[in-house]
Amino acid sequence: MSSNAAPANAPRVVLSAADIDRALTRIAYEILEANKGSKDLLLLGIPRRGFPLAQRLARKIAATDPTVDAAAIVGQLDVTMFRDDLAHQPTRAPQRTALPASGIDEKIVVLVDDVLYSGRTIRAALDALVDVGRPRAVRLAVLVDRGHRELPIRADHVGKNLPTSSSEKVRVRLDEIDAVAGQEGTVDSVIIEAGA
Amino acid sequence: MSTATPTTGTYLIRQASVLGGDAADLLIREGVIAEIGADLLGTPAAAGATVIEAEGLVALPGMVDLHTHLREPGREDAETVETGTRAAALGGFTSVHAMANSSPVADTAGVVEQVYSLGKESGWVDVRPVGAVTVGLAGKQLAELGAMADSRARVRVFSDDGICVSDPVLMRRALEYVKAFDGVIAQHAQEPRLTEGAQMNEGKVSSVLGLAGWPAVAEESIIARDVLLAQHVGSRLHVCHVSTAGSVEIIRWAKARGINVTAEVTPHHLWLTEELVRSYNPVYKVNPPLRADEDVQALRAALADGTIDIIGTDHAPHPDEAKACEWAQAAMGMTGLETALSVVQHTMIETGLMSWADFARVTSFAPAAIGRLADQGRPLEVGEPANLVLVDPAARWTVDPAKMATKGRNSPFAGRELPGAVKATFFRGHPTVLDGVLNTPYPGSAS
Amino acid sequence: MRHLLSTEDLSLENAVRILDTAEEMAAVGEREVKKLPALRGRTVVNLFFEDSTRTRISFEAAAKRLSADVINFAAKGSSVSKGESLKDTAQTLEAMSADAVVIRHWASGAPAQLANSGWIDAAVINAGDGTHAHPTQALLDAFTMRRHLAKLAGTSSIGADLTGMRVVIAGDVLHSRVARSNVWLLKTLGAEVTLVAPPTLLPIGVEYWPCKVSYDLDSVLASGVDAVMMLRVQAERMNDSFFPSTREYSRRWGFDDARLAKLDTLGLKDTIIMHPGPMNRGLEISSAAADSPRSTVLAQVRNGVSVRMATLYLLMSGELRENAPAAGTTPNETTLNGTTLKEFA
Repeated sequence: MSSNAAPANAPRVVLSAADIDRALTRIAYEILEANKGSKDLLLLGIPRRGFPLAQRLARKIAATDPTVDAAAIVGQLDVTMFRDDLAHQPTRAPQRTALPASGIDEKIVVLVDDVLYSGRTIRAALDALVDVGRPRAVRLAVLVDRGHRELPIRADHVGKNLPTSSSEKVRVRLDEIDAVAGQEGTVDSVIIEAGA
Repeated sequence: MSTATPTTGTYLIRQASVLGGDAADLLIREGVIAEIGADLLGTPAAAGATVIEAEGLVALPGMVDLHTHLREPGREDAETVETGTRAAALGGFTSVHAMANSSPVADTAGVVEQVYSLGKESGWVDVRPVGAVTVGLAGKQLAELGAMADSRARVRVFSDDGICVSDPVLMRRALEYVKAFDGVIAQHAQEPRLTEGAQMNEGKVSSVLGLAGWPAVAEESIIARDVLLAQHVGSRLHVCHVSTAGSVEIIRWAKARGINVTAEVTPHHLWLTEELVRSYNPVYKVNPPLRADEDVQALRAALADGTIDIIGTDHAPHPDEAKACEWAQAAMGMTGLETALSVVQHTMIETGLMSWADFARVTSFAPAAIGRLADQGRPLEVGEPANLVLVDPAARWTVDPAKMATKGRNSPFAGRELPGAVKATFFRGHPTVLDGVLNTPYPGSAS
Repeated sequence: MRHLLSTEDLSLENAVRILDTAEEMAAVGEREVKKLPALRGRTVVNLFFEDSTRTRISFEAAAKRLSADVINFAAKGSSVSKGESLKDTAQTLEAMSADAVVIRHWASGAPAQLANSGWIDAAVINAGDGTHAHPTQALLDAFTMRRHLAKLAGTSSIGADLTGMRVVIAGDVLHSRVARSNVWLLKTLGAEVTLVAPPTLLPIGVEYWPCKVSYDLDSVLASGVDAVMMLRVQAERMNDSFFPSTREYSRRWGFDDARLAKLDTLGLKDTIIMHPGPMNRGLEISSAAADSPRSTVLAQVRNGVSVRMATLYLLMSGELRENAPAAGTTPNETTLNGTTLKEFA
C-alpha cells in the first residue's frame, strides 16, 4: 500500500453528486419502462431521505413525460409506528404521512428510500401502506443496496449495489436535508464510514 | 446490708464535660450523684466502681419529654410502653409523658394508673401519664381531672392532644379547675373549623400541590384566645408543638404581659419545611404541619431566647400501612425519641444559637418543672438523683429507621446524617444505655 | 420523560414534542383504519379510583388505536374501597406486567406516589389527581388552542408554541386540577394566562403562580382575550359559603349570553370558548355560549384522544424512553406543505 493512501478507517465517498444524479436518471427510466409509461404511477418516499429522492425521481419522470405533474405523483409515507423495534430503540417521533390527492387505491406505488439494508423498514412500509389503501402493485426503488438482508425483500430498482461490512455505516447526504446554511455547492453524496 | 430500694451499683464517670463545661469525674452510687471532683480515680469512695471513660463526652441531665405517644393501651401494633421507653432511653431520656390519646383514652384514674404501672414494669424511664382534659377526647365534658391527679400516677399535665379543646367555655373551666392541684393544660392549638380536611401548611406549596391548606391562623387564633383565658382565670397554660412565627409572636407578647404560659417546639419543626411535601411522601405528614422556612427560623430564635421553653418530641409512631398509602389517607405523625438530641444539636448548637447548658434547660430542667416532676430535670450536683446522659457530640450517624427501638418506621430523618450520639443513659443511677446500646432496665422491673 | 405526572416540570421541548406527535396521531383518527401497531403486545392499565367515564374511554380509545392491550381497573367498588392500600394495588398491577398505568385518583399526589415509590416499574400517566393536576387535559387544551392559532394564521401548527396568546381561565380555581395544569403548561408555551374567580375560590398562594389574577370577568374580557376557559363549578360549593348563591355566581363569574354578545361588541371575533366538561349549563356557562361556533368543547374531546395517543406512544415506546427528536421538523416539511398534496389528515 502506498504511503499516501488514506487510512483504512477514513470515511470514503462512494457516490458523488453526479453519480447520484446519474443513478436517479437511470432509475426514472427503469420505472417508466417497467410501468410501460406513467399511468397510475405514484412515488412514496420514506422519511426522511426517501421523500426528497422521490421528489427528484418525479421531476425526472415529468421531464420525460410532459403529461405528468411531478408534484401530483409524489407523497410521503411514515413507517415509524409500524417498526418492529419500537420497544428496543430510543423513542422515535412519528413523521407526517402525506399522500397525493388521488389516493393510492388501484395505483402502482413505488416506495422510495435511500438505503436498503435489513429490509425491516420496507416491511414496516408495506404494513403502513395497507392501512391507507390498496394499491394495484407495490415496487421498491432505493439509491443504495448495501446487502445484509434479514427479510425476504428485494428492490426492483437500485442506484448502486454497495458491498459493505455490517460494522460500517452508510451515510446518504442530500441537499434538501443536509445542506448547511451559508455553504455554497452541493452536499449530495454517499459516504461509507468505518464502524466503531 | 439491706435496703428498700434495689441496689444500682457504683459507677465512676471519668472526665465528662459537665453541661459542655469543664471536665470532671462523677461518682454515681445507690441512685444518686455521690461525688463530683476533678479526679476521683483511686479515691476511697470510688473503690469498686465501674469506670466509664467519658473524655470528650458531654454530661447532661436525663432528658424529659413532655410529649410522647406510647400508643398503649389500644394500639400496641404501633408502639408499646416497652418499645417506646426503650427508644426513649436510647435517645437520652429518663422521663417521658405518655399522651392520653390511647384506646381507651387516658381519661380516668384507672387508665393512667395502668400506663404508669406499665412504665414501672418496663423500667427504662419514668413514664408519666398525661390525662385527657375531656371524656374520650370528645371536647364535651371534663374528664375526672382530680381523680387522675390524686391517683398513683399523680397526673399534673392534662391534654386532649391530637384534638384541640376548641370550646372556649370548656377550655376556661379546665384551666380554672386544674389550679386545685397545680395542674397544667397542654393545648393542641388547632381551630377545628379552619382545618377541616387540612393536609399541609396553607401557602405557596399547598396551592401548587392541590392539598387542602392548614392555615397558620388556625393555630395562632387558639393560642391568642388561650393566653387571654389563662390570664383571665390566673392559671397555667402550656402550648404544645408551636409551629408558626405568628404563634411565637403571640407567646412572646403573653410572656411580656406576665401571663403564665409555657411553650414547646418539636425537633422536626426546627428543621424540616413544607418543601418536603412536594414528594407527597406521607412520612412528612404531621400535625401541626411542616411550615415555611421563615417559621423554622422564628422557632429557632424563640427557643434560643426562651420564648419557647422546651423541646417536646411529639414522638408519634405508626405502623407501615398507616403511611404506605395516599397522602390524604395517611396518619399524621413522626417518630422522634431517638433523633431528638441529634436534631437539636444540629439545628441549635451547631448553628451557635444555644449551648449545651441551654440544651439541658430546654430538654430537662424546664419540661420537668412544667410537669412538676420532683426527681427529674435536676442539676448535676452531689446528692441529686442520678438521671443523666453522656453524649458524644463529635459522632456522626445515618438514620436508619429499621434499626431503631421504636416500632415506628416513620422517621422523617431517614437517610440523613446527624451529629451527636447518646453513649450512656443513667436512670436513677442505673445505666439503661451503655456504649450506645441498650443495657438493662432499672433493677427490679419486670422487663 | 419516564412518567407524565404534572405540567409544572414539563419542558417546552417535551410539550411541543407531545403536541406535534399528537398532530400525527390526529391524522390516524381520520383514516378508515384508525389503528397503529406501535404498542402491540404492551399492556395499559386504566386504574380509576374515581369515576370518570369520559377520561377513561378517551384513554382507552387512545391505547387501542395504538394496538395496546387495555385493562380497566375501576378501583371504586372493588377491594380498594374496602381498604386495600395503594401499595397493594400497585403491586398487583406490577404482577400483571403493566407497561403503563393511567391513574385517576381522588387524592392529590397519588400518581406521584405510585411513580416514585418503587412499587411498580410501569410508566405512570396522571389522568387527574384530586385538586392537583390533570396534565393530559391541559395538553389537549393547548393542542386545541394551537390549532386555532394556526388556522387563523394559515400556517402549520407543527413546532409552534402559544407565544402571545391571551387566555382567561375562569371559575373554581381552588378545586381545579385543570386550572393548575393549564397555568403551568400555557406559561411554558408562552401564553399569557389570567385567572378570574371569586376570591374564595382562589387558593392562598396563587400570588406565586406564573399568571395574573382578577376578580372581574368583564374588565378582563374588555382588555382583550383569545381564549376563555370556563371551569366547572359545583353548586354544592354554595353550601360551604364559597359564594352566596348560584344566581349571584353566574351573574358575576359565569359566561352568560350577555358576555357572549359582548365578545362581538368588543370586536373579539376569533375568541374561542373552552370548557373541560362536563358543563353545568346555566351556571358557569350558558347554553348559547356552549353551543356557539366559538365553542371548542367537542374539538377538545376529539383532541383528547390524539394527545393521549401521543403521550402513551412517547412514554411507552423506546427501551430507554429517551428524548426523541421533535416530530415533523424535517426540512422538507415546508416542501410538503408547498405542494398540491393533500395532507393525510
